[in-house]
Amino acid sequence: MNWLIEIGKAAALCVVVFTFIAISVMVMVYAERKLSAWMQARIGPRHVGPQGLLQLIADTVKLLQKENIVPRQADYLVFSTAPLIVAVAALLDYVVIPLGKVGDTVLIVRDINIGVLYFAAMASLTVIGILTGGWASNNKYSLLGGLRSAAQMVSYEIPLGLSIICVAMLASTLSTVGIVEAQRGRWFIFQAFPFGFFAFVVFIIASTAETNRVPFDLPEAESELIAGYQSEYTGMRFSLFQLGEYGELFGMSAMAVVMFLGGWSGPRPVPPLLWFFIKTYALVFVMIWVRWTYPRFRIDQLLNLSWKFLLPVGLVNILGIGAWLILLR
Amino acid sequence: MEVGLTHYLAVSALLFCLGLFGVLTRRNAVAILMGIELILNAANINFVAFNKYVSPGAVSGQIFALVVITLAACEAAVGLALVMAAYRGLETAYVDEINLMKW
Amino acid sequence: MGKLAVFIILSCVTLIPAVIVVTSRNMVRAALSLVPTFLGVTGLYVTLDAEFVAGIQVLIYAGAITVLILFVIMLTEGGTGLRVRQMNAQTKLGALVAFGMAVVLIAFTTATRWPVKAGTMPRYNAAAVGNAFLTSYALVFEVTSLVLLVSLIGAIIIARREE
Repeated sequence: MNWLIEIGKAAALCVVVFTFIAISVMVMVYAERKLSAWMQARIGPRHVGPQGLLQLIADTVKLLQKENIVPRQADYLVFSTAPLIVAVAALLDYVVIPLGKVGDTVLIVRDINIGVLYFAAMASLTVIGILTGGWASNNKYSLLGGLRSAAQMVSYEIPLGLSIICVAMLASTLSTVGIVEAQRGRWFIFQAFPFGFFAFVVFIIASTAETNRVPFDLPEAESELIAGYQSEYTGMRFSLFQLGEYGELFGMSAMAVVMFLGGWSGPRPVPPLLWFFIKTYALVFVMIWVRWTYPRFRIDQLLNLSWKFLLPVGLVNILGIGAWLILLR
Repeated sequence: MEVGLTHYLAVSALLFCLGLFGVLTRRNAVAILMGIELILNAANINFVAFNKYVSPGAVSGQIFALVVITLAACEAAVGLALVMAAYRGLETAYVDEINLMKW
Repeated sequence: MGKLAVFIILSCVTLIPAVIVVTSRNMVRAALSLVPTFLGVTGLYVTLDAEFVAGIQVLIYAGAITVLILFVIMLTEGGTGLRVRQMNAQTKLGALVAFGMAVVLIAFTTATRWPVKAGTMPRYNAAAVGNAFLTSYALVFEVTSLVLLVSLIGAIIIARREE
């Protein structure tokens, strides 16, 4: 009955990871609202709980109570599956993210030997949910948002993959724990200067685009597409989309920390787990900062950036890191 | 009962025949491409299964599965580009209506 | 026992959506059903110790080819095809051929005595695949990349609107 225990373990870990995501998403949404308020010289939420800390719990409860409206003529089955795909794809990302080290055990759901490849593969599943959600709503704005997001996410997956290849070359392994341990002497962002740094920049830009955030939020541009693929979604389904999006944001930041910023490693007195969260939230802060600073791209600028700038930079990076590995190490 | 090579071959044969059925009976060009994807997947299962059971230790079957996946991506890109071009010129994606060359 | 259960579940995940892919009247649902099929095949690869192929399968098939197919269905007018006949005149014949083919294939694969060898696969799969690609199969690798380039250019030229 070994496999029954395995299934039980998997189910328990699912619950743990899902709770973790839900809590970190709440923290991030609160941080986003507070920080955006601060950047725009507003106050932000402050009525529910001390400094508005319970605002997100109130919002979640409100969203859960709301009626699930399905538009007439919408494809019910596809309409209700789409948010699940987005949320589950975000959930699956977390399987390979090592959170820290307690004693000798690494806090990770599974250290699989194709870790970063698995991460890229699961992140690429999100787009199916968004595309079909946009189509199933039977609304032209939703469909346009879905199509835009498909074009955007498929093109930005390539630079993302290229910078993952750079890391795999430096670490000579695909396992996330192996990658963190390979950075013991020096973080990958500082290795093979300047190529490691370039790879990091490409990864951050591409991951912002993959999570559909400003300045790459064309799929859900409020002013032109009335929130794109999300416009017909209400209640629980809408919150699943939000959960997937913010979960993906946290996952991408955590992966950037694992791949370029040394993961859980850091000076002694601070525990590894805390180091990991400090670094990840610093990156999340950068992404929020970018969101409230820059205006949105046009679609042609967006695709040009991916194909004419990030793709060549990514390829040169791989060449550079290969040369550095052979000549200088 | 142990899972052996024959089990995988049976699944792959069923997948192949489903794909074949799609290719033979569908009218929409995109649906025919989907049938072809099923057939290629069936072939890939065979490659990987033979690799594990007939020549373990080498990875030649997996190499060819990867090559097939790459070629499937090429085939999908070119095939769908053809569908788009045909749709633009003839305003249909249904293969039996694309009969300009038929006398 | 556990292995057999996993195999049966994965085969069902692969084959049942595949039936929807080839029979559904709604093209978007058919294309969407490709996703569980591809994921089921991915699971079969994992049970066959081919993790790297499994990862690439999800990345390319589920993440890219399905999206491309859905994109084209949504761009062609009436692409869902709900009001259009989806099957051609040879449905019965096609079903017969496919069924006959399945019977023949399964009969032959079970009757053949395959030269099965016991052995273990290389432990670190991705490194083994990479080494093989750059040593024994370098020519295959180069030719594949050439085909990729040619089809890239070909797809752009075919799909481009004429000025």
